[in-house]
Amino acid sequence: MASPEQQETGHGLDQHAPAELKDEVAALTGANPARCYQCGKCSAGCPMAVETSLRPHDILRLINMDQREKLMENDSIWLCLTCETCAARCPNSCDPARVIDTLREMSLASGSTAAPKAISAFHQAFLNQIKSGGRLFEVGLIANYKFTGGALLADVMTAPGMFMRGKLALKPRRIKGVKDVRRIFAACEAAAKEQQ
Amino acid sequence: MKLGYYPGCSMHGTAREFDESLQAIAKPLGLELTELDDWSCCGATSAHATNRLLGVALPARNLALAEQQGFKDVFAPCAACYSRLATARHEMQEDAKLDAKVKEILKRPFSNSVGVMNIVEVLRGLIPQIKEQAVQPLSELKVACYYGCLLLRPAEITGFDDAEDPSSMEDVTRATGATPVEWRMRTECCGGSFSLSRTGSVVRLGRAVINDARAAGANAIVVACPMCHSNLDFRQQAMGQREGATEMPILYLPQLVGLALGLSPQTLGLKRHFVSTQPVLELVAAGAAKGEVK
Repeated sequence: MASPEQQETGHGLDQHAPAELKDEVAALTGANPARCYQCGKCSAGCPMAVETSLRPHDILRLINMDQREKLMENDSIWLCLTCETCAARCPNSCDPARVIDTLREMSLASGSTAAPKAISAFHQAFLNQIKSGGRLFEVGLIANYKFTGGALLADVMTAPGMFMRGKLALKPRRIKGVKDVRRIFAACEAAAKEQQ
Repeated sequence: MKLGYYPGCSMHGTAREFDESLQAIAKPLGLELTELDDWSCCGATSAHATNRLLGVALPARNLALAEQQGFKDVFAPCAACYSRLATARHEMQEDAKLDAKVKEILKRPFSNSVGVMNIVEVLRGLIPQIKEQAVQPLSELKVACYYGCLLLRPAEITGFDDAEDPSSMEDVTRATGATPVEWRMRTECCGGSFSLSRTGSVVRLGRAVINDARAAGANAIVVACPMCHSNLDFRQQAMGQREGATEMPILYLPQLVGLALGLSPQTLGLKRHFVSTQPVLELVAAGAAKGEVK
């Protein structure tokens, strides 16, 4: 029978119990979410707080309450712009921006589909471009994104404007070290899989 | 000053005039830029938002190239590239495990010895040269200096200016003879990489930036980031400005400097913008007509 103290912390005697989310996040980020005292400075300065159901200080609170699923299945973590305002203003060095980056990575690893389709399609299209040529080819990015994101016609009228202003390079430039870049991708993707 | 130049992907496309204006002012200011051979994309937002290791390893490849090619500092004018390169350098310094892992992945010698510089700190260092070379003081021009997010934050990574109350862009602006206005939105985010994937947010955030600059009496907003430029210039039409409100020209910082140096609008790529820069050129001409030409 576990002591009242052990029951309270939930650790008990079972050493194989999954780590609490706050410990896992702390290990992955080097920041300590448990230091958050809910002052809300992060959310006051967050440019996306008016659009998200969870604001940065809510996210920190849910981490400390070990509400893994609530976080992974909410699109708020995907709406973070990584503008770093929260991290710059946090009086306790909780680094919400870094924490949210980590939650996104964990969410992807968990197979969650909470990311808005347009945003995950954009990230995928962006990374595909780098993998293919070593650099981002903007026309390729837009085409790739439009197909996978399903927003084929959005913005189509602005392409001639971009072209007229000489702002669209029409041919991708493949770098000599493209194999090098692909190897980096492969190694990082393998490392992410290993973490799961 | 000799620097390894990391243009980044957008300087060859949508931010072409950022590159053009920078190249145009480099020579008169005594800035020698040598492009990093075989540089690759920094991964920007998409890499770090989905895979931390990738978000460090992609920029680290470029830092390693710079080191191998003998550069002491690498200069990344794009704020997003700057942020990723500086972050990779910082995180590898702080986290020995990450450092070892990235080095193993890079498979090339790398001692993380190269410094990373952004456009604002480079131009701030050239203020005496700007003053000396200015033939056309921009005395009639009032501009709102827009830092956005990635140039200043996180402070322990950027460290060249105060993250909440910066002054470097204003200092460069004063060197051109233009007047920086005081306004509230200069360190707010423009919506960054959501330009394509969540345009509504970008329009909302950009509108607040432009309205505040206008209320402060600015004739133009000056930026140092291709994403800020694209979100404020290209997306301005979608912002549905109030009736009677004039459009707000968006200039890259080296374009402003180039105008003071007397370089032509074509050379500075001022004709490539979506929002016309003509009102700015008229104010520059008005200043010149007042007899302040050297």
